[in-house]
Amino acid sequence: MAEAMQQDKPLPVGSEGKRSGGWWGVLALIVTEGSLFGYLLFTYFYLASQTEQHWPPEGLPALAVPGMNTLILLSSSVFVWACERCIKYRQLRWSLASMALAFILGVCFVVIQLNEWSKKTYDMTSDLYGSLYFTITGFHLLHVVVGLIILLMLLLWIALGYFDDRRYAAVTIGGLYWHFVDVVWLFVFTTLYLSPYLY
Amino acid sequence: MTDAAESSPNLNLTRVPEVGCAPIGSAAEMHLAHLWESAPGWRGWLSTVDHKEIGLRYLVTAFIFLLMGGIEALIMRLQLARPDQTLLTPEQYSQLFTMHGVTMIFLYSLPILSGFSNYLWPLMLGSRDMAFPRLNALSYWVFLFAGIFLYASFPLGEAPNAGWFNYVPFAGLEYNTGPNIDVYALGMVLLGISTTVGAINFVVTLFRMRAPGMSIDRVPILVWGTLTASVANIFAIPSVSLAFFLLWLDRQTGTHFFDVVNGGKPLLWQHLFWMFGHPWVYAVVLPAMGIVSDALPTFCRRPLVGYSAVALSTMATMLLGFGVWIHHMFAAGLPTLALSFFGAASMVISIPSAVAVFAWIATIWLGRPVFNTPFLFFAGFVILFVIGGLSGVMTAAVPLDFQLNETYFIVAHLHYVLLGINVFPVVGGIYYWFPKFFGRMMNETLGKWSFWVMFIGFNAGFFPMHLAGLLGMPRRIYTYAPNMGWSTVNMVTSVGSFVFAAGILLFLVNVVISLKRGALAAPNPWDAPTLEWAMPSPPPAYNFAVIPFVASRHPLWEDRLDEGAGRSSLDQGYLLMEGRETIGTTPLDAIPDIILKMPEDSYTPFFLGLFSALAFTGLLLHWGGFTVLMALACSLSLIAWMWPRKALVQRVPDIKQNTGAVHG
Repeated sequence: MAEAMQQDKPLPVGSEGKRSGGWWGVLALIVTEGSLFGYLLFTYFYLASQTEQHWPPEGLPALAVPGMNTLILLSSSVFVWACERCIKYRQLRWSLASMALAFILGVCFVVIQLNEWSKKTYDMTSDLYGSLYFTITGFHLLHVVVGLIILLMLLLWIALGYFDDRRYAAVTIGGLYWHFVDVVWLFVFTTLYLSPYLY
Repeated sequence: MTDAAESSPNLNLTRVPEVGCAPIGSAAEMHLAHLWESAPGWRGWLSTVDHKEIGLRYLVTAFIFLLMGGIEALIMRLQLARPDQTLLTPEQYSQLFTMHGVTMIFLYSLPILSGFSNYLWPLMLGSRDMAFPRLNALSYWVFLFAGIFLYASFPLGEAPNAGWFNYVPFAGLEYNTGPNIDVYALGMVLLGISTTVGAINFVVTLFRMRAPGMSIDRVPILVWGTLTASVANIFAIPSVSLAFFLLWLDRQTGTHFFDVVNGGKPLLWQHLFWMFGHPWVYAVVLPAMGIVSDALPTFCRRPLVGYSAVALSTMATMLLGFGVWIHHMFAAGLPTLALSFFGAASMVISIPSAVAVFAWIATIWLGRPVFNTPFLFFAGFVILFVIGGLSGVMTAAVPLDFQLNETYFIVAHLHYVLLGINVFPVVGGIYYWFPKFFGRMMNETLGKWSFWVMFIGFNAGFFPMHLAGLLGMPRRIYTYAPNMGWSTVNMVTSVGSFVFAAGILLFLVNVVISLKRGALAAPNPWDAPTLEWAMPSPPPAYNFAVIPFVASRHPLWEDRLDEGAGRSSLDQGYLLMEGRETIGTTPLDAIPDIILKMPEDSYTPFFLGLFSALAFTGLLLHWGGFTVLMALACSLSLIAWMWPRKALVQRVPDIKQNTGAVHG
């Protein structure tokens, strides 16, 4: 018999939090998606460093609205986190409210971002900067929309009473994806809005 | 213990996994077969998530692509056999060499290795399936559809035609107005999805799905190779997917990423492509090297020399492989400092490769080799690897590369590397595992013939290409003048290529004959050391009737090797039969951690794959509404897939549990 392998230990069954396959799967997904954004930002810096155009062509970006939007997105992450804690401590109503708030904050981010887009005087095809700006923020916005669908499904499943403190891996896994979408925004924000102030 | 099998599925949230035996024919074994077997007929065919079935599909599909790419190559060799031939027009030639590269590099070389790994991983690791069986099925379907997608414009004479590396500005709208490049761009993004989900599946499987006791230093080298390749793919695939997506945007929406007039940079394409491309080169050889590291020792009747060194060099190769992409761009006019750095890195990478080569030579040297067909293929591989590696070190030297760049010398090098390190181990691997796949042995006489014909044909075909390159013959030309002095080498190359093809044909004949009339195979016909040989040939649907306990690197050779530290237990182990179940273990030490509920067969992967392929078709044909509809169908399929299920204990069961009262 194999060494002193303990064989009579009770083991959890099924999708149990961070021992579930899905947790590991979403970690790997985040690594590959993170790489995707890494290559996108590489593209930005590569082209910005090589360009002879005035950069950004429209002058330095205004920070007030995007900065506020960043805070909105980050706060939605806090509520997703709170939602998970509430399930863990059997506060299912609070968890439902928290997830709903997170979802609404995410929708606010999308609305404000779309409004930002509509105020731009250039589009994807005007110049190189426009191509980069709309492709990078577009990629991110797409991820936010996917994340919002995930939050909506989690909201529904919590409302249907699928989860309690014993099994709620879906919230952990979906929540992690949402945190990832938010953290990536910090990199996108730094690149597009802050880095032009450095040169 | 046995009464648990009869009762309805047990949804307890914790339990002590039952230990027992389930010999073939016992009630427990029959219950397992009932649980794991797919439905007969087309239903089971479309919905199966069995890794063995998916693995075989990968192998067969990828091999068909190899034959297609091979036929394209033979047509090109007919054109080049003599000077001033007119068999092909320049445009036809461009499409043929592009599709030859695309097919061999993307549709054959990695998918065939995914086939081996899909089939073999759970058997080698002591698991009942991969970590994500449905994702595995999705990965196959998307691969199949992407392959069909990439070939869709071929019959119309509009196939991709800018080389597999697809450099801009030639691949841009200005010089390439047809659908050729759009097919390639979208097809590659689609294929990237398949490769990525497949890679994620391998990585999570390695970390979570090993039998108890199979600590990280006991896994076979094939597992190391595929793990390394998969980790690399997770990091590298987004680069090429992004490059092709940006190119598609440039062509279809008028963005300016590669558009020189408006500040875009063609070199950006080369960077993004080769940041992916070079790690990919290692992704398509490391698992094949793993095949040799696992199978060669069986025929040397001793364990691999330097297991740890080979495992570490596998990972070192890949790590360095991320820092050498510029050597594909030496002639692109980059700063000298960059050239020196990447030239040096490219030389350094030969060190881990050499470690593996010396390990194989030492294994042969210190063993008692049995000269049968798989051994010949693996030994032949070592020779070809050394030749291909040597010409690789030559081209890593920047000044020499300036001379050899864009000549047939490079073509010779990459074919020695890709055929030598991929095709030879793959064919050898099929000879080796054929009895496990199909329960029959392959014919040995035909096998030896096929090896020698392939080996002689290969060297006759590709070695003269070195000379053609040194004589200055450029790549990708559709013909040449008779007074260039290239006529003889080209004729020899063409003859060699047909001899090589004859060798492949002999191999295929052998497969067909052996499938029908091969001798029946015992569970372990080669007397091999690893777990996949501990079960009947072919294996039952559930793989392991009991999850074994592993005590060493060579569970089936323990009695003669006496590696110390106890004995593996193969007949007695975890039964786990309350629904489809297997054990999840800790990432490094493989200590039992969780009882994993595995999904039933499902049609969702097929439909998700189909809808995503149709969405890409919509993008290609500019059918906006159709694309949106298909994207919606994809989302609905995903929601159905992810919906938490009681049977998988993804949500809480209805019956309240007595706290603390653990079943057992």
